[in-house]
Amino acid sequence: MMKPHRRKRLGIILFIATGLSVAAGLTLYALSQNINMFYSPSQVANGEVGADTMFRIGGMVKDGSVDQRADSLAVSFVTTDFVHEVPIEYEGILPDLFREGQGIVAEGRLDTAGVFQASRVLAKHDENYMSPEVKAALERAGASPESHRFGESAEY
Amino acid sequence: MIPELGQFSLILAFCLSLLLGALPLAGAATGNALWMSLGRPLSAGLFVFLGLCLLILGHAFVTDDFSVRVVAAQSNSLLPMQYKFTALWGGHEGSFLLWTFMLAGWILAVSLFSADMPREFTARVLGVLGLLCASYILFMLATSNPFDRMTPVPPADGADLNSALQDIGFILHPPTLYMGYVGFSVVFAFAIAALLSGRLDAAWARWSRPWANVSWAILTIGIALGSWWAYYELGWGGWWAWDPVENPPLITWLFGAALIHSLAVSEKRGVFKSWTVLLAILAFGGSLLGTFITRSGLLTSVHAFASDPSRGVFILAILGVFVGGALLLFALRAPLIKSGFGFGSLSREVFLLANNIILAVAAASVFLGTLFPMFYQAITGDLISIGPPYFNVIFVPLMILLIVLLGIGPVSRWKKTSGAYLWRQLGKLAVASALIGVALPLIVLLDVSIPATIAVALAAWIVLTIGRDLRAKTANKPSRWRGLRSLGYGYFGMQGAHFGVAVMLVGVAMTSWFSSETSVLLRPGETVALGGYDFRFAGAERIAGPNYNADRATVMVTRNGAEVAELQPELRVYLASGAPSTEMAIDPSLLRDLFVTPGEIRENGAWTMTVYVKPFVRWIWLGAIFMALGATVASADRRYRKLATAKPRDKARDETRDETGQASGLGGLRPAAGGEA
Repeated sequence: MMKPHRRKRLGIILFIATGLSVAAGLTLYALSQNINMFYSPSQVANGEVGADTMFRIGGMVKDGSVDQRADSLAVSFVTTDFVHEVPIEYEGILPDLFREGQGIVAEGRLDTAGVFQASRVLAKHDENYMSPEVKAALERAGASPESHRFGESAEY
Repeated sequence: MIPELGQFSLILAFCLSLLLGALPLAGAATGNALWMSLGRPLSAGLFVFLGLCLLILGHAFVTDDFSVRVVAAQSNSLLPMQYKFTALWGGHEGSFLLWTFMLAGWILAVSLFSADMPREFTARVLGVLGLLCASYILFMLATSNPFDRMTPVPPADGADLNSALQDIGFILHPPTLYMGYVGFSVVFAFAIAALLSGRLDAAWARWSRPWANVSWAILTIGIALGSWWAYYELGWGGWWAWDPVENPPLITWLFGAALIHSLAVSEKRGVFKSWTVLLAILAFGGSLLGTFITRSGLLTSVHAFASDPSRGVFILAILGVFVGGALLLFALRAPLIKSGFGFGSLSREVFLLANNIILAVAAASVFLGTLFPMFYQAITGDLISIGPPYFNVIFVPLMILLIVLLGIGPVSRWKKTSGAYLWRQLGKLAVASALIGVALPLIVLLDVSIPATIAVALAAWIVLTIGRDLRAKTANKPSRWRGLRSLGYGYFGMQGAHFGVAVMLVGVAMTSWFSSETSVLLRPGETVALGGYDFRFAGAERIAGPNYNADRATVMVTRNGAEVAELQPELRVYLASGAPSTEMAIDPSLLRDLFVTPGEIRENGAWTMTVYVKPFVRWIWLGAIFMALGATVASADRRYRKLATAKPRDKARDETRDETGQASGLGGLRPAAGGEA
């Protein structure tokens, strides 16, 4: 027979262990449900992304590609890693630092026509700072991010 | 010439911090009283020289000395004066100097307010903090010297402070956050000193408590300021984004909250001591983690400084040495720590244990969600991000559970509480809270809403249990007023902070579920309706600010035809950098905020804008203020003040009285007086 205080201690330890494993299990489940993969335009163009998957895409906004509807908030533009391009459609207000030639990250899904329907568009608040995601996309495609980084900020 | 003096004083500060890290510790180990006594003058010297560094760098900013690299990078001659000085912490180098200065400030505070502690203990605390400070200064000298010059030809003018930072929030948020963050180094040093001396006793816990409380209070305000600033400056209508850089302060805050509660148990009941030490190490680790994430550039975030990998490695090394060393020491000493196990399976100890587990699980899951993308990338090479739903799914149920227990904990008794007693005390209140939760949203909204019901019921539960406890604690006193006066700051601090939880809960729940927003394209004269308000775009004009030009729109808000507010959002372009910046316009009030974020101006004079109605959003920060005030009030409790000024003889008497539980001012944590009477 176990001594009463030992039994109590065991009880509390078991209670904590059960609680923690339930918490850990739920946490991992929640984590697996909320992972957004990041893809570069080249990966998207190569068909690496399944239909109807939520993901992030990052690249530069192609010069001259921004088309803003006059009577609504709908906007379309093309994002590029200088190898492949992906068209993006978005309805809403673009961030301050959204500019042609600047890096952006968009979150959303591909539609059946291969157009990325963005639910969120992010641009950085500091124009000298390039998001690691955009940088990685450009590096993957073989373009040097440095060469595209400061050239455009001269516009301001 | 002057910046070189700053450089010189930084090197002097480094030497002083090395001495502070070496002599008092060695003195405490060998019993050398002279070496131990050097702790106080060295702390003062360290503070003076780091303060001098800050002033000299500030002078370079204020006088537009663009030959100093950080001034050229972060300031501009057109910048208004208040931002010139604060531009100091607008970049990595200056902000790290501020961070280190904060540590020096805490070291000075410890050296001044440690009269009641044994000199070996004080020497060890100051020594550990000195080592930490030395590693920070070394980091600055090696990788990020704020006094670097632009040679040979300095630029004619600076590149300007990021326009998003030109705001009162930028003046207040970083210093407060840093001060709170760094404060946990003190609690960490107390824990290490106790481990080194092998004396983890009630006295150690009592000395640590005010420091933990004050650090936590300042961190609470720092986080709340950041949230408030992001809310009105970034124009996204949110108050928390689960951004990778927001999360480490939250991790530290959660561990800190757990630490405050577990210190109470360690002091009062002598149990959970190993766990308390571990929490002190973890809270400190959280603060270093925050530095690491912001300054290594490993994670995508609005806060990230332009990065340099060598800095990340250096900070990781500091983190590894201090946290790793602390954990090693802990592992070596933990078997010697004797914690009793004298409490029943239903007792205040168990409720506080549950509080600690919930807070620690919450902190761990935030940690996991924050760093998971980094681990994932290291292993697979793929970039991922973790969406806010992950954090919400984890946090909401944990906090609901925490708040339910929050009502029970203060009413329960140390050692053993019977379930029947708790039910007698709280049964009616539980039913009443549930009824209020169902009825109130029904009356106000004329609709059934499960989230509102849960939130209102939980808030009512907190408020009712606080009221019930106050009544019970004063019931046997000659008058209510004298009863209240007998309770002590510790008790009021606890209940004040708990009340803050209720206030914040209402704010978070109402804002999350009942906010409305819409993005529209409006021509002058057009109106959009939202949440019972009409927003009419009256027109726009050009204005010139001190260092920017702007287009300012005027939006008239009416409700049922009556004017409510006039909002004037602006689209600014800063002259020096050419950077655009949107300035939201907000009409704040206790029950709702009206909020307009401008987007862009179309050729025909139409504006795109996003309009928000956000009910109860102010309550979130109001709740944080209550929590911080509560923690501060509790730290001013008689027991700590008396000890600080008491003469040795009085102190001895105090301590004996304390053990009988008679003189303890922390009413909420003493054996429930007048409870079952």
